Amino acid sequence: MKIDASKPLEYSTEENSNKIFGFWVFLGAEIPLFATLFTVYFVMVNRFADGPSGAELFEIGPVLWETLLLLTSSFTIGLAVHAMRLGNKKATLVFMGITLLMGLAFVGIEIDEFFTYVHEGATLQTSGFLSSLFVLLGTHGAHVSFGFLWGVAIMIQLWREGISPATANKTFIFSLFWHFLDVVWIFIFSFVYLKGLM
Amino acid sequence: MDLEKFKVHGEPLIYGAMISIALATIGIIVGLTYFKKWGYLWREWLTTVDHKRIGVMYIIAALLMLFRGGVDALMMRLQTAAPEMKFLDAQHYNEVFTTHGLIMILFMAMPFIIGLMNVIIPLQIGARDVAFPRLNAISFWLFFMGAMLLNISFVVGGSPDAGWSAYFPLASIEFSPTVGNNYYSLALQISGIGTLMTGVNFIVTILKMRAPGMTLMKMPMFTWSVLITNIIIVFAFPVLTVALALMMFDRLFGSQFFTMANGGMDMLWANLFWVWGHPEVYIVILPAFGIYSEIIATFSKKNLYGYTSMVFSMVIISLLSFLVWAHHFYTMGQGVMVNSFFSITTMAIAVPTGVKIFNWLFTLRKGRISFTTPMLYTLAFIPIFTIGGVTGVMLAMASADYQYHNTMFLVAHFHYVLIPGAVFAVIAGFHYWFPKVFGFRLNDRIGKHAFWWIAISFNVTFFPMFFLGLMGMTRRMYTYSEESGFGPLNMLSFAGALGLAIGFVILVYNIYWSTRYAPRDTNGDPWDGRTLEWATHSPIPAYNFAVIPKVNSRDPYWESKQKNTPLYEDKITKIHLPNNTGKPFILGVIFFFLGFFLVFSMWIPAIVAGVGIIIMLAVMSFERDHGFYISAEEVAATEKKLRGETV
Repeated sequence: MKIDASKPLEYSTEENSNKIFGFWVFLGAEIPLFATLFTVYFVMVNRFADGPSGAELFEIGPVLWETLLLLTSSFTIGLAVHAMRLGNKKATLVFMGITLLMGLAFVGIEIDEFFTYVHEGATLQTSGFLSSLFVLLGTHGAHVSFGFLWGVAIMIQLWREGISPATANKTFIFSLFWHFLDVVWIFIFSFVYLKGLM
Repeated sequence: MDLEKFKVHGEPLIYGAMISIALATIGIIVGLTYFKKWGYLWREWLTTVDHKRIGVMYIIAALLMLFRGGVDALMMRLQTAAPEMKFLDAQHYNEVFTTHGLIMILFMAMPFIIGLMNVIIPLQIGARDVAFPRLNAISFWLFFMGAMLLNISFVVGGSPDAGWSAYFPLASIEFSPTVGNNYYSLALQISGIGTLMTGVNFIVTILKMRAPGMTLMKMPMFTWSVLITNIIIVFAFPVLTVALALMMFDRLFGSQFFTMANGGMDMLWANLFWVWGHPEVYIVILPAFGIYSEIIATFSKKNLYGYTSMVFSMVIISLLSFLVWAHHFYTMGQGVMVNSFFSITTMAIAVPTGVKIFNWLFTLRKGRISFTTPMLYTLAFIPIFTIGGVTGVMLAMASADYQYHNTMFLVAHFHYVLIPGAVFAVIAGFHYWFPKVFGFRLNDRIGKHAFWWIAISFNVTFFPMFFLGLMGMTRRMYTYSEESGFGPLNMLSFAGALGLAIGFVILVYNIYWSTRYAPRDTNGDPWDGRTLEWATHSPIPAYNFAVIPKVNSRDPYWESKQKNTPLYEDKITKIHLPNNTGKPFILGVIFFFLGFFLVFSMWIPAIVAGVGIIIMLAVMSFERDHGFYISAEEVAATEKKLRGETV
């Protein structure tokens, strides 16, 4: 492998820089995916049937916690990449660990929220509105959960082989994914929860 | 467990199919064991990451699916050949036209094009492989397993029966209670993920791995068409992913997306399906345009007329393809404003398409045309496709469409677009690039016989349908009365279908004949080609090019032959290649089982398969595979051998 020392480690080989570009293209495909889910939600947003509306269902407390956790975790994954560029393996691992723990807490709150909804009789089968809500939130939550497993796998590799072109590349790509999930959440927070609470 | 749900009852045809599948499987297993080919199959094909071999596997799968979809088509034509036929019952007819549509579009046209793309694109841009060879293998196996999952549906549990567009509420669990549409949602999902990965892979390959000197506006037209196609794939397929997921939720978990009660909205499905479905048409048509552009330039011995306008018209088509979806359901009541908008955008597509037609005609003008088999398909494409295009403009007029909607006129129209547009193109491309991959040409005389059978029979089959549609025969009706007067034209159409079948049999016979008797090609350039794929040997060595070529024109190989300038300036150095791996195949198999278990709502096995997929992904993440090197001496020796010199 030819290594280009003028570039950051994660871009240093042709394969690495192709992987990063390829992941950007993949995120390009994730945008229409979530855009379609949002469209479905907006089409369904007033179709309550006999079920509750967003205003009746949503509680701002847990949602604020979720937002706080995910936004902060986007900051800490940025710190992890910064530490990685400085060559500090320990700091990279610590910041990634914090990121993943916050991601896990986010998923925990979301699952608790889902249980609360179902407990109040608002299930996937109740109405078009709730089906679209569960699938939109669930797809985002599934992405975060998958990101958690993926992040753990990368942390083990970082811990075992240190900061190499391969692990640096994986960490960087993971950070892109994580930031993207944060952006999607900002849309969910604004247009599902805040708008729904109004 | 309740075994009843796996069974399909009462159809002698299906029992026949089961027996033939069982016999074919036993035959393959016995044959592989007898000839001791298991190791060969595993090492050379199932584990390969070589873009050429993956491309060949795509094309073999596509040819098998062409056969399957073709048998479906013959059954439909036979059933409607005369009034009150009793060959198929209504349910079986529904299943046959549904699988015919799905297989021909998603498991024949698309993989055939992706196969040609795999074989040719890295060669045309002067690269050693695609950007992500392993991902490419994963794409193939996901496509293949999705295709297999759909194909077993008609012997295990029942095929989808609500049309290839699977409109709700017809496709809901209430009106389509068999597992057929579960297969639909899962088989398409699995192969769709594969296609999306192909899209990502080829965008990166084309944008980042071109030979030095090949700027975007010096790329061959086929490469341009594939780049645009893959951009459409990346933006259109996620919509299908969501639509199929919602369908699965509705059918398996009782959600209320497309239901008639509890706030569901059936029209949402139609919109989502066609937001993907119309770009999908261009995903199969644009690469075909690229193939024709290459063939016309090569066999007219001229550079392509209007290169820049060709590129821009494809870009405009790709943008418009996302703005026309509602023309598939003008009659479903979305109002005058919406219909007018979609009417205008649809008609606008005729403009860039017309630009392309004229560019091809001007390329032919004053060219030294040689009438080879691929060229015949190309020349037949232009007038036949124009009939398809003109009837398309007729259908695009929303008010007039109330007359044509869902009649045989529509069926005739889209076959007039898709068969010359996609099928002729892949056959032409198959003949054109066949010698590149296998080192010998398909026989031209037999090829022309097949061409005339296919081209004439195609018109005999589908032209009567325009009239049947205008007479009022709706599509998807499994039989009709004698008084309707539909009988004679349908009989004519059936005769044409038989002719098409004969044409395809001759085409397959040509592959067999040429494999045995055709003279072997020696210099890798049998057609006096223009682009880089002809500048390497046939069959192509694993590393494609011993030295990466330098490009400074749109027809680099032609220029180098005419001006006697060298394409290769550098010395041979060691070449890096990726290792083969069985993991993509295993991943594909697990996906197949995940799909199968979900179809039959077997939750525990499905969860096990899902965990299996995550484990496979983790294993692949932890693996460090740096590939291997072929030394400069070995490359030089291989080159000498391929040139026919003694080592």
